[in-house]
Amino acid sequence: MSELSQIKTLLRKEVLLEWRSKYALNGVILYVVSTVFVCYLSFIRIDPVVWNALFWIILLFASINAISKSFAQESKGRQLYYYTIASPRAVILSKIIYNAGLMLGLSIVALVVYSVVFSNEVGDPLFYFLAVVIGSVSFSSVFTMVSAIASRAGNSGTLMAILSFPVIIPLLLLLIRLSKNAMDGLDRSVSYDEIGVLALINLIVVTVSVMLFPFLWKE
Amino acid sequence: MSFIYKSWWKYLGVVLVLYSIVGGFLVPVPELPILRETIRNLYFHVPLWMAMIVLFSISVFYSIRYLVQPDDDFDLVAVESVNVGIVFYILGLGTGMMWANYTWGTPWNNDIKQLCAAIAFLVYCAYLVLRNSVEEEQKRAKISAVYNIFAYPILVVMVFVLPRMGDSLHPGNGGNPAFGKYDLDSMMRLVLYPSFIGWALIGVWIATLRYRIRLIERKRLDENL
Repeated sequence: MSELSQIKTLLRKEVLLEWRSKYALNGVILYVVSTVFVCYLSFIRIDPVVWNALFWIILLFASINAISKSFAQESKGRQLYYYTIASPRAVILSKIIYNAGLMLGLSIVALVVYSVVFSNEVGDPLFYFLAVVIGSVSFSSVFTMVSAIASRAGNSGTLMAILSFPVIIPLLLLLIRLSKNAMDGLDRSVSYDEIGVLALINLIVVTVSVMLFPFLWKE
Repeated sequence: MSFIYKSWWKYLGVVLVLYSIVGGFLVPVPELPILRETIRNLYFHVPLWMAMIVLFSISVFYSIRYLVQPDDDFDLVAVESVNVGIVFYILGLGTGMMWANYTWGTPWNNDIKQLCAAIAFLVYCAYLVLRNSVEEEQKRAKISAVYNIFAYPILVVMVFVLPRMGDSLHPGNGGNPAFGKYDLDSMMRLVLYPSFIGWALIGVWIATLRYRIRLIERKRLDENL
C-alpha cells in the first residue's frame, strides 16, 4: 500500500472506532458543554477581553482531554500490529488529521454553546471562525505528538499537561491576539502577521512530528 | 570529542571573560538618557543569554545524534548541556531583571521577551521532569531526545520571531530601534563580541566538566557491579 492509501485506511479506522464506541466523543462534548455552564454560572456577566480568553482556555482543556487519549487508549498489541502493516509516518499523519477534524467539530460545538450562553458582540464572525479553525488545527498538531511522547513515558495524565503547556503557550498567545482582532472587527490585513506565524509554527510542528515519530514508535 | 580534553579553548574562554569584565567596567560608553552607566550591563546580560542558546543548541544537536546512533554518551551530553543552560538562564534573567529595575522601573514588566523566557524555562523543566518519569535508561534517553528536538523549533520561533511582532520594551523589538542602529559604537563592539565567545566557551567548559563527572560515576558504577 502506498503511504496515502495507508493514511486513508487509518483515518477510516479512527472514525469507525470513534463512531462505534461513541462514549469518548460524547464524553468530550459533554465536558465542553458543562465547562461552559460552569463558567457561565461563575461569571454571569463578562467583558469582551475575558470572554475571548475564557473561550480559548475552555478549548485548551477540552483539547488536552480529547487528544491525550489518542495514543493511550490503544493497547500495546494493537500498536504492534499497526507497526507491522503501516509506516510510522502514515500513523502519525492520520492521527494528526483525525484529531484536527475532531477538534474542529468540538470547537464548533463549543463556540455555538458558548456564544448562545454568553451573549457577546463579535465584529467579524467569519474571521473569528477562521481563528477557531486555525486554533483547532494547531492544538491537534502539537498535542498529538506530545500525547505520543507522554504515552510512551507511561503516566500520561500529568505529563501530558506539563509537556504540552509550554509548547502551546506561544500558539495560544497568537490565537488570542488573532481572535481579539476579529472580535474588535479590525481590518483583516492587521492579522496577516499572526496567521503567517501560526501557519509557520504548524508547518514546523507537523514536519518535526513526522520526522521524530518513527524513533518514538519502535521499541 | 577529543577537544573537551584540550585546554587551549578553556584558557581562551577565561581570558575573554576577564577581558570583557575589565573592559566592560572601564571602557568609555556613550552617554544615553535613562540608560546611563547601566548600558554596561549589555556586556553581561546579552552574552549570558547567548551562552544559554549555545548550550541548548548543543543539547539538541546531541539529541539528534542520539536518535541517529544510540550512544549513552550523547544522552549525557544532552542532559548536562540543559542543566548548565538552565544555570545560564537564571543568570541571564537575573541580570535582565536588575537592568529592568533601573531602566523600566520594575524588575518584571510583562515584556514579551520576559514571557518568552519564562516559557522557555518551562520547556526545559518539563524536559527534566520527563527524564525523571522514565526509569529505563535507553527508553528515557530516546523519549527525552524526541521531546528536546520537538520543543526546540518552537522555542526558536518564540525567542526570535514573537518578540518582533508585539510591543516590547527591549531594543530592536516592537518598533524600538536596536542598539546596533546608532547607540552601539565601535568601542562597545570591541568588548561585546569577545564577551559572547568567552561566556559561551565558559558554559561549554562547565558542561563538559559535568559530563566527565557523569562518565566517571558511570564507570565506578560498572566496576562495582
